[in-house]
Amino acid sequence: MKFVRLVWVNLSRSKRRTILTTLSVAAALFLFVSLRSVNTTLQDAAEVGSEARMVTRNSISIVFSLPEAYYQWLSAVPGVERVSWAVWFNGIYRDPRDFFPSFAIQADSYLAMYPEMVIPEEQRQAFMAERTAAIVGTGLMERFGWSLGQTVTLRSPIYPADNDWPFTIRGVYTPTNPSFGDNLFFFHYEYVYEHSLRGAQPGWYVLQLEDPAVATSVAETIDEHYRNSRAATRTETERAFQTGFVTMYGNVGFLMNAVGLAVFFAILLVAASTMMMAARERTSEVAVLKTLGFSDRLLFGLVLAEAATITLIGGLLGVFGAKLIFEGTQFQGAGFLPGFQVKWSTAIAGMAIALLLGLISGIVPAWQAARMPVAQTLRRVA
Amino acid sequence: MAIPLIYNLRSIRQRPVSTLTTALGMALVVLVFIAMMALSRGFRAALAETGSRENVIVLRSGADSELISGIGRQTAATIAAMPFVAQGPDGRPLVSPEVYVLISLDRLGGGDALVVARGINPEAFDVRKNVEIVAGRMFNPGAPEILVGKSIVGRFAGTQIGETINFANRDWTVVGHFAARGSAFESEIWGENEQFMPAFRGEFFQSLTFRMKDPSQFESIKKTLEDDPRLPVGAHREYDFYAAQSYLLTQIMNFAAIFVAGIMAIGAIFGAVNTMYAAVGARAPEIAVLLTLGFRPVSVMSSFMFEALLIALIGGLLGCLFSLPLNGIVTSTTNWQSMSEVAFAFRVTPDLLLGGVIFALVMGLIGGFFPARRAARQPVVKAARQP
Repeated sequence: MKFVRLVWVNLSRSKRRTILTTLSVAAALFLFVSLRSVNTTLQDAAEVGSEARMVTRNSISIVFSLPEAYYQWLSAVPGVERVSWAVWFNGIYRDPRDFFPSFAIQADSYLAMYPEMVIPEEQRQAFMAERTAAIVGTGLMERFGWSLGQTVTLRSPIYPADNDWPFTIRGVYTPTNPSFGDNLFFFHYEYVYEHSLRGAQPGWYVLQLEDPAVATSVAETIDEHYRNSRAATRTETERAFQTGFVTMYGNVGFLMNAVGLAVFFAILLVAASTMMMAARERTSEVAVLKTLGFSDRLLFGLVLAEAATITLIGGLLGVFGAKLIFEGTQFQGAGFLPGFQVKWSTAIAGMAIALLLGLISGIVPAWQAARMPVAQTLRRVA
Repeated sequence: MAIPLIYNLRSIRQRPVSTLTTALGMALVVLVFIAMMALSRGFRAALAETGSRENVIVLRSGADSELISGIGRQTAATIAAMPFVAQGPDGRPLVSPEVYVLISLDRLGGGDALVVARGINPEAFDVRKNVEIVAGRMFNPGAPEILVGKSIVGRFAGTQIGETINFANRDWTVVGHFAARGSAFESEIWGENEQFMPAFRGEFFQSLTFRMKDPSQFESIKKTLEDDPRLPVGAHREYDFYAAQSYLLTQIMNFAAIFVAGIMAIGAIFGAVNTMYAAVGARAPEIAVLLTLGFRPVSVMSSFMFEALLIALIGGLLGCLFSLPLNGIVTSTTNWQSMSEVAFAFRVTPDLLLGGVIFALVMGLIGGFFPARRAARQPVVKAARQP
């Protein structure tokens, strides 16, 4: 413990340098944590889908709808417990930039299939009883300052028949899992069906399985049945379906990792050059310490400890700074990254990287200090 | 009087390691900045080059994308006969009424993506001058044949000439590949509109693109079309229509580039400050000599600023050098406005490289300022006394 003070005094010798290096490590770790959190958020988004639910969509692509008549047959497929459907509404509130996802759902069955949405019972009943009612996520309520019972008007470029679509907010859901998103907008399929001159059709069916193990056979049964029909289907687990959407971003993960690597090396250079500067100034002291009986190994450790102290403090600042800032501002990537958060695993990885930075940047000066020939160096002191 | 620049050059050569580490740190920042901007430039360029300023794309009124648009045959025929539509050498109007759908294709290497399948008529190649067949041949009218955009080839299953792709309950034979100067068309599949129409959505086109006789008349053409009570349509200049689709994603990518590079720059600037302070500290006696010789403090300051800028310049140039191999690498993302996948290439342009160098110089300027000021303000006597 007595050496802690020695390390500390050495660090405070050139305060400015120590602080600047610490801050640059903090900046790097802040970036690292931000980039990695983008990746983990996307991964979570891919995994939010359940393995116990399946999605049946038109085999051409999600853009094509399916006939309502499929509902009856799908409900009778062995292994399928319950069936519901949803339609992408593409609602626009005020301006396209205020984007949030909006869906028309077969409400009765849909809400029963998604325990991820927690809705107070009386709100659920109020929603069910009213055709133009909507259920809205907590985040969306907060974002636009909406209140229960308020009427909001959306427009949809897909259903132009009636230009304005008034909805009354009757329910607010809280997601059990942040990746599910608290910015979704749900309303009754019947509303869009009756109000659109073009008519609406189910965009996709959601199937609740009795047992996830039968997923493959259920998918085969359904797709085989509709293979030669006008609207052939493609059935996959909800997780696979969601993963498909996430891969649409392209190779974000690779980009983030590449940038993260560049950040790491840039700061490694800064930290390493600082540590070398510090070591160079102290050549003579190290010689004196050696004469006093400090072992090579101890001196090696002391220099490493000094480097690691800088990077660990910098790491703490960067990692927890990021965590606090993102949590404080509730950053969601402008709606593109619902459930964005700095996970503890990311924070720990960040601190591990900070430690690694310290050790690598300290290793050359530490090695030099340990190997320094005493007599030769001392001659210079005099 | 200014201190000769050779003094700085030699000083830098005296400490190659710390100079190089600082410069490399900056180089990495510049690299990240250029790479991310090149990504955003590439995406924007791919969409901007898709549309032509001489063409008009007509959609259902109120529709902001082809996906949700619909145009009847009667409407298409009416527009094709209008006087402001350019005509080919054979006297036929340069109009392509098109079917536009998204189909799900299997990516080679797993997963699938939404790809545009566009049903065109043969005039489409005259309407759009940037598109040409680079391999194989044009599809035959009436046959289930398709052309595949160059960027898709090799990334999706069944895209080689002679292979077949199954969609809409039919097998379609690939008979040719086409190029479109790196634009978003290259990420599409083209077939005959009369074939695609019954296969997908029935008796509707999604859009109609025509060449104007006189592109300068666009505003009045737009007005004529949109005010015509027979035509429930909206008209857009094709160039603007596609360029607008790149707006949101480009904004996001630019923001990300500046955010990431900005924070990295803070780290690199602190590194430069450290290096320069160390340089100033180590050369205190030299500075004292310079001041004693009668060099004015402002000369000393500018000399050290120059040194910082020189290190930054090395960093900036290295960063540019590292970024050059990125140019032309093709990647893809989804164009969220149209929901379809678009392939595009990194674009490292000269102005971007210049931007990178300027970025580095700004880092050097900020990083060098305080150390240089300190060098100039050193009390001569105290500095000279140092060993």
